[in-house]
Amino acid sequence: MIYEPSTIAVIVFLAFVGLTLGLSFYLGRQAKSSEGFFAAHGQIPWFVNGVAFAGDYLSAASFLGICGMIAFKGYDGFLYSIGYLAGWIVALFVVAEPMKRLGKFTFADALNSTFHSRGIRLVVGISTLVVSVFYLIPQMVGAGVLIQPLLGFPHWVGVLLVGATVIGIVTSAGMVSTTWVQFLKGSLLVVFSGVLTYVILQRGFIEKQGGIDGHVFQVLGPFPASSSLDQIVQGTPAFQDSQVLPSDDVWADRPYLRTKQPDGGVTFWRIDSDGETTTLRESQVLTINLNGETLVNGMLKGVQKGEPELHPVGYIHQLAGDREETGPLGMLSFFRELGTAEVTLWGEDKLVESDGSKTTVYYPIPVSGSEVLRPGRKFTGIRSDNPIDRLNFLSLMLALFCGTASLPHILIRYYTVKDEAAARKSTIVGIAAIGFFYVLTLYIGLGAMVSGSLDVTTDNMSAPLLAKSINQWLFAIISAIAFTTVLGTVSGLIIASAGAVTHDLLVSSLGFKFSGNEEVRVAKIASIIVGSIAIGLGILFKGLNVSFLVGWAFSIAASANLPSLIMLLFWKRTTSQGIISAVTVGMISSLAWVLLSGDTYQAVYGLDPADAFVPFSQPGIVTIPLGFITLVVVSLMTSGREPRQSPSDYASGGQK
Amino acid sequence: MQPRNTRIGLILFFVYLLLYGGFVFLNALSPDSMDWQPIEGINLAISYGFVLIIGAFLMALLYGLLCKTERSHDASSMEDEQ
Repeated sequence: MIYEPSTIAVIVFLAFVGLTLGLSFYLGRQAKSSEGFFAAHGQIPWFVNGVAFAGDYLSAASFLGICGMIAFKGYDGFLYSIGYLAGWIVALFVVAEPMKRLGKFTFADALNSTFHSRGIRLVVGISTLVVSVFYLIPQMVGAGVLIQPLLGFPHWVGVLLVGATVIGIVTSAGMVSTTWVQFLKGSLLVVFSGVLTYVILQRGFIEKQGGIDGHVFQVLGPFPASSSLDQIVQGTPAFQDSQVLPSDDVWADRPYLRTKQPDGGVTFWRIDSDGETTTLRESQVLTINLNGETLVNGMLKGVQKGEPELHPVGYIHQLAGDREETGPLGMLSFFRELGTAEVTLWGEDKLVESDGSKTTVYYPIPVSGSEVLRPGRKFTGIRSDNPIDRLNFLSLMLALFCGTASLPHILIRYYTVKDEAAARKSTIVGIAAIGFFYVLTLYIGLGAMVSGSLDVTTDNMSAPLLAKSINQWLFAIISAIAFTTVLGTVSGLIIASAGAVTHDLLVSSLGFKFSGNEEVRVAKIASIIVGSIAIGLGILFKGLNVSFLVGWAFSIAASANLPSLIMLLFWKRTTSQGIISAVTVGMISSLAWVLLSGDTYQAVYGLDPADAFVPFSQPGIVTIPLGFITLVVVSLMTSGREPRQSPSDYASGGQK
Repeated sequence: MQPRNTRIGLILFFVYLLLYGGFVFLNALSPDSMDWQPIEGINLAISYGFVLIIGAFLMALLYGLLCKTERSHDASSMEDEQ
């Protein structure tokens, strides 16, 4: 699709981002000049802190990724919403209370203070770095996604822009992302998602045969299955002026008919046969030829509106009961109407022609509404006969459940209010805000699915494009909220990674000694390196759904960190060697698994996923138990070598 | 004695684990059961999903009500679960 920037949207966007960043710097400076950052937190009301929880947790990735996956695959994207929220239950009920009794706030604090082991610092430092980088990838991909429809830049420019901005912020000023700013972002995200949902429900469903640009996708047939393609072409008026291209090269044995129009364009038809009838559905094709030119349906891709481009898609092609539109809907009638309608989703088929040009066919798939409201379109494995395919799904749901409590930075906010009762109250508010938002993702995602505004080449843009199809203001505000969230999250992650490199790896583990100024300089250099890596990976992983990528970060975090955390809190015989081995094994095995998985083969290396080394893509179900087993075995083998301090020795100190 | 809040937390955790585990295994082993409509026009996939999200909130609320703020605690009372 061709994205033309709109002046109103750009101005609103820049004003909004500027205001948020300005406020962040202002409050950050205030926090520094007062009694310090954390002292100020003692004054934060629990309600504000609770909404800030939501601001922290709901990165743009979950907004863009989940809505995008629901828009393209239906219900399966909502499984991420459910899993992310369930993760909070582990964090709140299992980990938070015992951690508080240890007097520790983060995983790394708790482990370090118990054993004072250099080895633990090293592996925890590395695992923090790996998890942060994997968490950075989806944020960077998301940044590129936001910039593209808004400012009209290609994806990689967006990633570079965000990366450079954040590196600039981190290295020049050091960004203090305060609770108030997170509160602002969190409440705006929830409120405007509510507005978006309200508009979707008010608009109801409208029957269409194409996207918002007015292009109608033709459907020819059904023809009796007994008639050959030649007969169909000769007997159909639509083909009168067009010339049928031969089905040779990669097109042989594929379900496509190609007809050349008098203007030189080619129409691609997907041939759908159900045994009794044959239907031809107009598809869209993107080709990148050897000269690096991009062709859309056989014509050079345009640069302005009206020139050849891929059409926006996503529509209900048939409503139940001979109606053209439903009118305003309620929270439940939304699902009832969708369940009885017929939706057009789009699939893709990648081909490499013999001259080396790469062709992607995007073809319509008519699907009954009830099918998009049940699981199985993304996680096709759950309907497969092969039990291993089901493991992939179980593995993901386990990783999401265990991941939240294992993310190095996530529990901190639990302790930023004045007492424990306030901490619990703010967590409840946080869960309420996050849960409310996740319920809305289903409406926003499904609303985008039938909005006629989707870009067939990427699902990540679905939510912003939905807003754009409603009005420019809403689009600008939603993009700005998502963008500032990306900036905040990326800055935080880069600072955390730089801290891990400087403190945990260089100073504590490798014994470097830096003066205060030198340490700041080293941290800045580390920020630039980590930031550059994130930019590179953000461009490389462009085609992947951002929530899917966050799922990987969760898998690695849960495999590396959760076994040690749980066992340290609940098993007295845990030893430092046990923890070092469990973190190392969990991290390396989950990382290797992800890199050798079918999904990475397909999306990153461009190889056949069937050649992948591991039988399914999500590592959690193997690598999380592996971490536990490693910890128990190594702890039993090394028990008695070192006396573990009793908890009372460290319960009083080390608060941040 | 294990501190009261930790015990309440673990009990609530296992209740939620059953609820979540039930959902995940039902999806993995019997995906067709998700088509069943407990409420007219709303299938099990959506209603169970909403129950899990709203349930997480209600249980967090319950946890907040049941927990007592321990003004002072014996830090050495951390117990293992063998």
